[in-house]
Amino acid sequence: MSTDITKEIPEAAAVPPPGAAPARQKKVPQGHRRLLTRRDRLTLGLMATLPTILHIALVWVTALASIALAFTTWDGIGFDSIQWVGLQNFKELFEQNPQFWPAVQHNVIWFVVLIVIPTPLGLFLAVQLDKKIKFSRFYQTAFFLPVVLSMAVIGFVWQLVYNPDTGLINSIIGANEPGKYIDWIGDPDLNLWAILVAASWRHAGYMMILYLAGLKGVDPSLREASAIDGASEWQTFKNVVFPTLRPTNTIVLVVTIIEALRCFDLVYVFNGGAEGTELLSILVTNNIVGESSRIGYGSAIAVVLLLISLVVIIPYLVSTFRKERRA
Amino acid sequence: MHTTPSGLTLPGPSRRTLLRGVGGAAVLGAGIPLLSACGGSGTAADPKTVTLGSKASDPVPKKAFADIYAAYKKKSGITVDVNTKDSNTFQEQINSYLQGTPDDVFTWFAGYRMQFFAAKGLATPIDDVWQKISGNFPAAMQKLSKGEDGKYYFVPLYTYPWAVFYRKSVFAEKGYEVPTTWDDFIALCKQMQKDDLVPIAFGDKDAWPALGTFDQINFRKNGYDFHVDLMAGKASWTDAKVRAAFDLWAEILPYHQEGAVGRTWQDAAQTLVSKKAGMYLLGSFVAQQFTNPDDLEDLDFFAFPEIDPAYGQDTVEAPTDGFMMSKNPKNKAEAVKLLEYLGTPEAEDIYLKSDPSSVHASSKADTSSYSALQKKAYDMISGAKSLTQFMDRDSRPDFTSTVMQPALQKFIRDPKGVDSLLSSIERQKKTIFASS
Repeated sequence: MSTDITKEIPEAAAVPPPGAAPARQKKVPQGHRRLLTRRDRLTLGLMATLPTILHIALVWVTALASIALAFTTWDGIGFDSIQWVGLQNFKELFEQNPQFWPAVQHNVIWFVVLIVIPTPLGLFLAVQLDKKIKFSRFYQTAFFLPVVLSMAVIGFVWQLVYNPDTGLINSIIGANEPGKYIDWIGDPDLNLWAILVAASWRHAGYMMILYLAGLKGVDPSLREASAIDGASEWQTFKNVVFPTLRPTNTIVLVVTIIEALRCFDLVYVFNGGAEGTELLSILVTNNIVGESSRIGYGSAIAVVLLLISLVVIIPYLVSTFRKERRA
Repeated sequence: MHTTPSGLTLPGPSRRTLLRGVGGAAVLGAGIPLLSACGGSGTAADPKTVTLGSKASDPVPKKAFADIYAAYKKKSGITVDVNTKDSNTFQEQINSYLQGTPDDVFTWFAGYRMQFFAAKGLATPIDDVWQKISGNFPAAMQKLSKGEDGKYYFVPLYTYPWAVFYRKSVFAEKGYEVPTTWDDFIALCKQMQKDDLVPIAFGDKDAWPALGTFDQINFRKNGYDFHVDLMAGKASWTDAKVRAAFDLWAEILPYHQEGAVGRTWQDAAQTLVSKKAGMYLLGSFVAQQFTNPDDLEDLDFFAFPEIDPAYGQDTVEAPTDGFMMSKNPKNKAEAVKLLEYLGTPEAEDIYLKSDPSSVHASSKADTSSYSALQKKAYDMISGAKSLTQFMDRDSRPDFTSTVMQPALQKFIRDPKGVDSLLSSIERQKKTIFASS
């Protein structure tokens, strides 16, 4: 019986809808009333309610509060200084903020680049490493290493590489003298691409590991069968292996979308989101953190970010749930 | 037992100190009984202690401040209980810090940034302190220490000037002369360019150095009063006067170091150290980059050249740091006495022993131990008709960080787009200044 109980608890705690959790929790002790001592019920109750309360307080209340704040102006000093302004923050954001639309655009570019360059690269590396070549472990470690580093560290490292005066690149190509400067960090035509190189460098390793795990799960008999049928290596990959990687592809897509929406630390360390590298997450931070902050305005930007995430995530969740129901 | 009504309604300091020690997680469970248990231990009521919140987290200034408090304890027997936070964190959290249970006295900046919190009722006016110390400070410093309501809220400790820094040896070798007018300045830039020097070193990766360049050009061209109005959101950024200041800036931009938006001020300073650049407009903290004593000896500066003879060089940008009193100090009587002490040249002396790039805020200070650089800085500041603080201290910090910093970075790269830039600044300014 005890195994039954432990199964119930994490479910009650982990399923997010706040309304559902207490109902389920009530049901559990009722169904097993005679089997559970008073203490068990108390423990169960605590274990279910505490996480629910924390979840509601830390996730739902804060999220809803910041949505509400997006329609106000507030400097963060005293609750009585909150003023309702309706849609004004959004109007200002869409019409006046010179950084907003570039930021949206950069978030999109970020996603497209991550999907187009490092993801296929990661797949390619995974396929090569899956062939059990020599030193496979060594290559795996080398490519995966950037993923282990924190984004802030990566930003710092690449910022040294791109430094206009003393950086590696400009020093090698001799572009660190007056008249020949290439300003990788400051020039808005260059800096986004410069930083995307750093992001891709990390992302390729991440994708490689995901695909490698997926490839290990491909049934070897499929390959054998296609070899017997006389398929070339490319044909095998295209028609047999890649279709079986479908679940991995879904994960890869979701991970990449998340990476593109939450990218922040790398850019913040690299150049603080100067012109050319504005991102929504950085605009939120710049407006909210600090003295006499513009909390209402910053929340409005956060709401835009939330809406974009929802547009991406809802179709994914719908299709996943539909599949689960079918199964 | 004691008369405290309950653990939850205890007066601030013991609760705060406890919370800090206990940590968030433990508070949920064990914190509340602990609170009531220790409530009466009496740090709040201790008449011999004043608490002080400090942003001086770097080791050198931290030690310098500690020396001041130690000297005060020796003198008065009062302990200053210092609560030091990382300086960036301190600034970012100042809002919630001052609304919570702040220390009796805290370190802060003069100017608009002080007036903002004074106007919000988060600081105590200290006119009584100033009755004792006003003789120690020049008129310009007194003006800096007042809130918008005309009451004093701030005790200055030290200050440092912004100016054009150069190396004496470079000027001597090439026969350059210190320019005092705009035309001389331009001529000097041209000459330096001919001599294969970068005329003006520049790094704006951190986005604030450009604010300093604008300040200098604007108050030289349009005068102190207009500059203050502009910073306070009263004058318009689309005013022809502002445009004229930007035109002047565009005139000297070609003589600035290229690729400025990607360069830190430290890297820019290094080009002055290595004699690749001729001049550098920055605060006197640029001296920190001159680690070799001979190089430091060689460093000198001059005031930004005159643009409009009506204003000459009467304004000096001299950011000033000092102390304020929070809204409900637990030990007000002693906090007042501490601030009186902090407003003496004596306290300033102790601090400046360890910080050779700043100077006394007081005009009565003993300047005999000053380096040549400090002496010059001191004379420049005490001779100034008006003092400004720096754009992000003279204006709303949210306006300067979210609007002006990106806008000026854009201007540096593309000075031709100035008109649309200025109208965009003005539109955003209106909404920000209307929102408080």
